[in-house]
Amino acid sequence: MNAMTIIRTALSSLGSNKLRAGLTLLGIVIGVAAVISLMAIGRGVQASITERIQSLGTNLLFIRPGETSTRGLRGGQGSAASLTIDDANALRDSPFAPSVQAVAPELSVSAQVVAGRKNTATTIVGVTPEYQEVRNFPVGEGQFIGPGHVERNASVAVLGYQVAQDLYGFRSPIGQPVRINGRQFEVIGVLKEKGGSSFFSFDDRVMVPITTAYYRLASSRTSQGGISVHTINVQMGSVDAMDAALGEVATVLRLRHRISGEDDFTVTNQQETIEALQEATNAFVFFLGAIAGISLLVGGIGIMNIMLVSVTERTREIGIRKAMGAKRRDILLQFVSEATLLSLGGGGVGLLLGWALTLMLNGRSLIGASPLQTAFNPDIAIMALAVSAGIGLFFGIYPAMRAARLHPIEALRYE
Amino acid sequence: MIELRDVTKIYQMGHLEVAALRGVSVTIQDGEIVAIMGRSGSGKSTLMNLIGCLDVPTAGQYILDGENVGRLNDDRLAVVRNQKVGFVFQTYNLLPRLTALANVELPLLYGNARDRGRRSKEALDRVGLGDRMDHRPPELSGGEQQRVGIARALVKQPSILLADEPTGNLDSRSSEEIIGILQQLNREEGITVIIVTHEPDIGAHTGRIVSMRDGLIVDDQPVAEPRQAVVQGMV
Repeated sequence: MNAMTIIRTALSSLGSNKLRAGLTLLGIVIGVAAVISLMAIGRGVQASITERIQSLGTNLLFIRPGETSTRGLRGGQGSAASLTIDDANALRDSPFAPSVQAVAPELSVSAQVVAGRKNTATTIVGVTPEYQEVRNFPVGEGQFIGPGHVERNASVAVLGYQVAQDLYGFRSPIGQPVRINGRQFEVIGVLKEKGGSSFFSFDDRVMVPITTAYYRLASSRTSQGGISVHTINVQMGSVDAMDAALGEVATVLRLRHRISGEDDFTVTNQQETIEALQEATNAFVFFLGAIAGISLLVGGIGIMNIMLVSVTERTREIGIRKAMGAKRRDILLQFVSEATLLSLGGGGVGLLLGWALTLMLNGRSLIGASPLQTAFNPDIAIMALAVSAGIGLFFGIYPAMRAARLHPIEALRYE
Repeated sequence: MIELRDVTKIYQMGHLEVAALRGVSVTIQDGEIVAIMGRSGSGKSTLMNLIGCLDVPTAGQYILDGENVGRLNDDRLAVVRNQKVGFVFQTYNLLPRLTALANVELPLLYGNARDRGRRSKEALDRVGLGDRMDHRPPELSGGEQQRVGIARALVKQPSILLADEPTGNLDSRSSEEIIGILQQLNREEGITVIIVTHEPDIGAHTGRIVSMRDGLIVDDQPVAEPRQAVVQGMV
């Protein structure tokens, strides 16, 4: 039998029970569509997370204090208060750190913010004017923290978009008083909406001068007595200067902290964050795919089930074909090709359905508030088709072998 | 030429061994038309299955055209069936969802035959069903279905045509037609025709009657004057 004849025979057999073939097909259709759309969603989420982190700037280094160690008991990373605002100034001005373009220290505390009868709990970030450019926080209304504010420990605040919405609604908060941890501040600006996830939003924060945050809101001091900071953001001239900048920053800080042994600070960059997140999201994508894969497996079992029924029902047909000279291989091929056609057909339809779903979901808010960018790749499509063909082969081979092994006389006698 | 030498066939039914054939020797020359007769359980169907290469003997030899086919494996037997044997069944054994033409094509699918369509049409014409090619078996009468069965059996131009109670499900008029077709194929094409039957009337249409009982051949007689069936509509 040549391939054309085999396929035509298989199609005519499947066509003789269209409803059954259709329902069996549906199992694979759903499985493949689920794999494709869930993978696309997963990859979309991954892409959007990566993109968002990259939008924060890839030419940034973050310096955080090391961990405290009290009599062998280690605190978490960043728990030590070893970084000061003077470290930040030194990094900016040091001749040993030519790759460093801008430096922005920050100091954050949690606080209750009250305006009139409304209040909210949020993060207060103490910053310097450089922070706006380094971390890219454009102001929507009013102005950002200026150098004078930092110098005078001025009680001024720049509200994040979300905080302004929560406290003032549609009224302009500029010039309005706001109480942070009981102290009176004046709102001088509102940041532009920046987005973020529901767990972590760049809009849910209030910025004040770093000196104000230190003297009026926080209460931690370094062993040396300078103004301690939580993070020093370092901007480099270009991403290529990353390695050079890492070395320079470490050198300057080691000199200043007189370190000969273990560093009391850590330096990380965006790339590491992206890589770590990608690792996590890879697991997420794999997990989604695995769930969808289960439905594909169930579809495959459906094919096997229906093929077993079909072999039993068509025992007499198998006997007739064998009497007419069909070899074992001919019968095997006939049933395997039926199973493979079923699953491949289901794979094709599922591919189209999955693709349509992917297009439909694209740009819609599905997880969290931000719109989802789904990513449909041809490699997913090829994989889906290959997997569905493989499922047909795998689940079709056992029923087909049972058919091929039937004895012609017994098969002919079967009622 | 069909040559069986002391053939035994034992079926295993659970723990029980049932001897369906207990030492059968028979020779059938090319071009003969033979009836194998006997009551049910006499072993005639088993003999027919062996001659048709659907099964192999437990002991003894079966030599078909000089080849010992009693020792062939399943696939080699399938090739012999495909090339040399045509089957006609009591219950026709057509595939109900295929047209008459597609049913007749079936043996051609398993031998890489060319011109399948043309050869199948010729076979259907031969049995007088050229105008019913696109009908499916349920749309045909019993006699017509059996004629499709005969067309399918002869489409590969076999040397042997085995008919197992070919008229068992037919009325007398259709029976006459079927037996007539078989006689004509034997006479005009020189095909060896072996008919398994329990009807003496059918046996009277053949040239030789082999009688069986309890797995043995008890009688083997030529028919002095075979009756000729009257056939209408044959080409």
